[in-house]
Parts: sequence; structure tokens; C-alpha cells
Amino acid sequence: MMTDDFNWVYTERVKEHFTNPLNILEDIDSYKEDGKGMVGNVKCGDQMLMVIKVDSEKGVVTDCKWKTYGCASAIASTSMLSKMVKGMTLEDAYKITPKDITKELGGLPEHKVHCSVLGDKALRAAINDYYKRNNMQNKVIEEKAKIICQCMSVTDLDIEHAVLEGAKTYYELQEMTKIGTVCGQCKTSAIDTMEMYKKKHF
Amino acid sequence: MVNRLIYMDNNATTPLHPEVKKTIAEGLELFGNASSFHSFGRNSKKYIEEAREKIANIINSQPEEIVFVGSGSEANNTVLNMFACTTHTCLHVECGKTILTSTIEHPCILESVKCLQSQHSKVFYLDVDKYGRIKMDKLDEYLSLGKIGLVSVMMANNEIGTLQDIKKITELAHKAGALMHTDAVQALGKVPIDVKDIDVDYLSLSAHKIYGPKGVGALYIKKGIPFCPYIRGGHQERGRRAGTENTLGIIGFGKAVEMAEIEIKENTNKLLFLKEKLSLGISKSIPDISFNGHAKECLPNTLNVSFDGAEGESILLYLDLEGIAVSTGSACSSGSLDPSHVLLATGIEVEKAHGSIRFSLGRENTEEDVEYVLEKLPRIIERIRKMSTAYEVSK
Repeated sequence: MMTDDFNWVYTERVKEHFTNPLNILEDIDSYKEDGKGMVGNVKCGDQMLMVIKVDSEKGVVTDCKWKTYGCASAIASTSMLSKMVKGMTLEDAYKITPKDITKELGGLPEHKVHCSVLGDKALRAAINDYYKRNNMQNKVIEEKAKIICQCMSVTDLDIEHAVLEGAKTYYELQEMTKIGTVCGQCKTSAIDTMEMYKKKHF
Repeated sequence: MVNRLIYMDNNATTPLHPEVKKTIAEGLELFGNASSFHSFGRNSKKYIEEAREKIANIINSQPEEIVFVGSGSEANNTVLNMFACTTHTCLHVECGKTILTSTIEHPCILESVKCLQSQHSKVFYLDVDKYGRIKMDKLDEYLSLGKIGLVSVMMANNEIGTLQDIKKITELAHKAGALMHTDAVQALGKVPIDVKDIDVDYLSLSAHKIYGPKGVGALYIKKGIPFCPYIRGGHQERGRRAGTENTLGIIGFGKAVEMAEIEIKENTNKLLFLKEKLSLGISKSIPDISFNGHAKECLPNTLNVSFDGAEGESILLYLDLEGIAVSTGSACSSGSLDPSHVLLATGIEVEKAHGSIRFSLGRENTEEDVEYVLEKLPRIIERIRKMSTAYEVSK
């Protein structure tokens, strides 16, 4: 037969984490978290909850647990992230990008990369939540969207989203976001922003 | 380690019937171009015409009303394009007519009409009820506009299996002066099709959904009904579809149809039994589920289930790890942002569409296969729900 049991769309590492995900949050009530982050929406097909425990003296993440409504990529990448983050300082943990996680996993199919971005977003939300709970408002970093296309009010975050959804060319970006379809003045900055996110995620 | 492989994705495609395999293997020697007048060509032609007769026979048409094409999608595209053509240089009577279709058609219909719309064709869409059945009052309403040139509604839906009353829809379409097309790709071999009885003008078929080879389909065009080719430049298929015939595919298709006709009753009974066992088993062993589609007016092999709080692609891949092949209406597996347009058209919540799994059974499935699925599935769902942010929330 021309089948191959191991011919999976995902790498062996992804398969491992998907089959046996690490650090699942079993009971939120008995878990005394220091910070909690919830991002995404079930209606959009994925949602992520992440809780962390922090050694406040050292500013280090000592434990991390999570739950998700999501696909195999979301499960595997968050499992990996929860393993990576333990022992990291809050500052370093905050800087983890989906690309770092994907690298640890040995890669993800290109069209699945967007599924892996919820984990680190939830982690950042949990870290910010920890800062807020401990009167460290000055450390909270708000992710603010910057308008790139005034006419159609398309932001840099919209562009990032489109890139994660597979936009590779300016034409594709326009198809997805309608950016630059009125006066067209933003074309250069739109392309620069798109290229920046392509580098960041792929 | 996977200890067995169970294929329950027969609406996506089917394995070749053993008899079809044999026929194709024998046909490997047939290389003559069916358009050639010499013995090699005539021999190929003979086999192609035999296959045509078989296909005509299973839908109760005349052989000359059957045109072989490259796929079900091509059959559908051929019909739609004819109606949308606005060049008017050929003075074709059907050019530029308005198309009426449904919201649950296969993407090869929906994407085509969308493209045609951008070329200034007018298209209207019929809504469906929660079971996926066309709302007849809406059909009446659109038809009473008096401008519809073509109605195109699928006979059986690929995702939820819901069957439409094509005979009734055709009757209404004809009364309003419109022609009728139905995409019968999923219906062929699973439910009886009689073009004389339902009276459609065009009907699309495909081989690989009925244990035939991929890359071959057929279009039924009722005698005397307007037709304009989609692929031009050859006299093949009486000038209705250019390109040297896919001889091997066509004879495989013929054999598949022959076997489907012989086995339809036995297969249907078995499929209905297995589907019932599967749906009962799921209802009994897994809480918070719902079935999608119509309970009775449905393909005998298709069961579409939504599992609350569990995302479809995860379910699919955990089942895959156990050797069970199914499909899902979740957005994540489709590579797009949106979950199944069919499920959404039936009005179910977006979450339920994301958590849907389609089991489409086939002639090779056994009772043991269903039991194996029923053994693995509850644990998988339980496991996913345990790590789900959406399970307790919905409870």
C-alpha cells in the first residue's frame, strides 16, 4: 500500500506535543495563579487561556499552565511554549515570538503558522496581568495598533494578521485588507510593514 | 502505533472498486486515439461508447445526452459559464441570463458564480432551512421575477448529505421558463437518479466518488437543450468538449457505474445500518453533541456531528493518529478563516461549525470499523474537552 504512517503534515516534535501536551491546566480553581491571560474567541475558531506563577523576588516565571480551544498547531505550540517559559525572566518571556516556538517545534506548515500566535499573546496578557496585580503598571506594555492606511483605516496589526493568513504580495494584502485601495499613498509603508511581519513570522 | 486504518471520508473521494481496478488494468493496452479511423482508434472508441451507455443507463438518459469531461467541477463550470457568457456574438439564446443557485453549493459552483458576478452576471442565492433544505417559498419568489435563466441546485450536499426535492424545484423552474441544472456528484450511486422523472436539463456527475478513477466526470445535457462548449477546439464528444478522451478514466467510470448499479441496494442497506449504529453510539457515549443535516432526506452514508467545546481539526488529527480518516467543517483545516459555509447556511452557531466532523461511510466499511470508531472517539472528545477553554463555559 502506498501509505506512510509517519507522513504527517506536522513534524515529529509537533506530533509529540500534540499527542501528549504538557502543562494542561486541569483545575483553575485550585491553581493559585499570579497572572492570567485569555485571548482569542471561540467564534473565530481558537481561544487560549494561560496562567503563570511568578517568583516575585527574582522576576522569574516558575510555572505555566494553559487551556485552549484550538487546532493541533495551537495545542502543540502552546505545549512547547509552556515548557520554554519556565525559568525565564518576565522580560525574556515577554519577548518570545511565535517564530521562536515554531523553531523549537522544527517548523509548522506555512498555513498553520497563524494558529501558533495565540500562545505567546496569551502569555503576554498573563504577564501584563501579573504586573497589574502587583502595582507595576509602569511595566505593562499595551499593544497599540498604528494606522497605516488612513482611507480604509487599516492598521499594522491588520497587516500582521493578513501576513499570518498567507498574504505574501501587496496584491494579496490588498485583497485581504483593502489597504491602499483609495488614494494609494500608503503603498510604500504598507509594503515595508508587510515585509517586516513576513520576516518576523516566516 | 496505528493498528488499523479506517477510511470514513468517502464523500471526499473513494478507493477504486476492485472490478474497476481490473478494468483499468486491462484497458492499459488501449492507446488508440478515439478520433482515429483506424482499428486502434475504433477500438478505443468502442470502449468509450460502452462506458457512455452505462452512464446513460444509470440515470435513464440516452447515450448521446452524456458528455465526458475532466471532473464534476468541470461539468458544473461548463453549465454556469454558458449562462454567464455576455459576448452575444454567437446570438446564443441563453447568454447573459440570470442564475439562481443555493447558498450550500459546492465551491466549484459558488466560486464560479462569484467570478461571473464580477463579470456583470446577475446571481441570486436561495437560502436553506436548518436541515439544509431549500426554502421553497423563496424559490417561488425569485422565479416570479421572471428573469431567471438557470436554476442550479445540488441534488445531495457533500458536507451534511441533505437531499433536495429536485423534481419539484425543476417543475417550478420550468414553469417560470428557466432551465434546470443539478450537481448530482454526491448523489450518484447513493440514491437513484432518473433524469426522465426529475426532468432536469443538465446534470453533473463524477467518477471518483463512486469507486471510479479521479480526473473524469460527465455532464448530462437533455436533447434539444441549449449548449455551448467550455473547452473548444476539437470535435470530440460531438463538439461539446474538446480534448482527446481520457480513455482509461472513462472506461473506469463506466465500470464503476456498472458496479454501483448492481450494488446500490445492498450498499444502501449496509450504509444505513452502519450510519444508524454510528449515530446511536455517538449519542449514547458522548454528551453535548448535535447532528447536522436532515435526519431522513439524507444520503445513506453521511453523518455530520458537532461536538461542543471541541475544535474540529484537533478531533480529526487525534482520530487520524488512531488510523481513522474523517473530515471537518472547522476553519482551521480549510486553510481559510471561515468554517463550513454549508453549516453556517443552516443557521447553526459558528462554534458548532468549528467543532463539526463528517463521517462519510463507504462500501468497504464494516460493523467492526464503526465499533472501533465508537471505542476511540469518546476518549478523544473527552480529552480535547478537558483542555478546552470552551467546554465548561458552554455548560
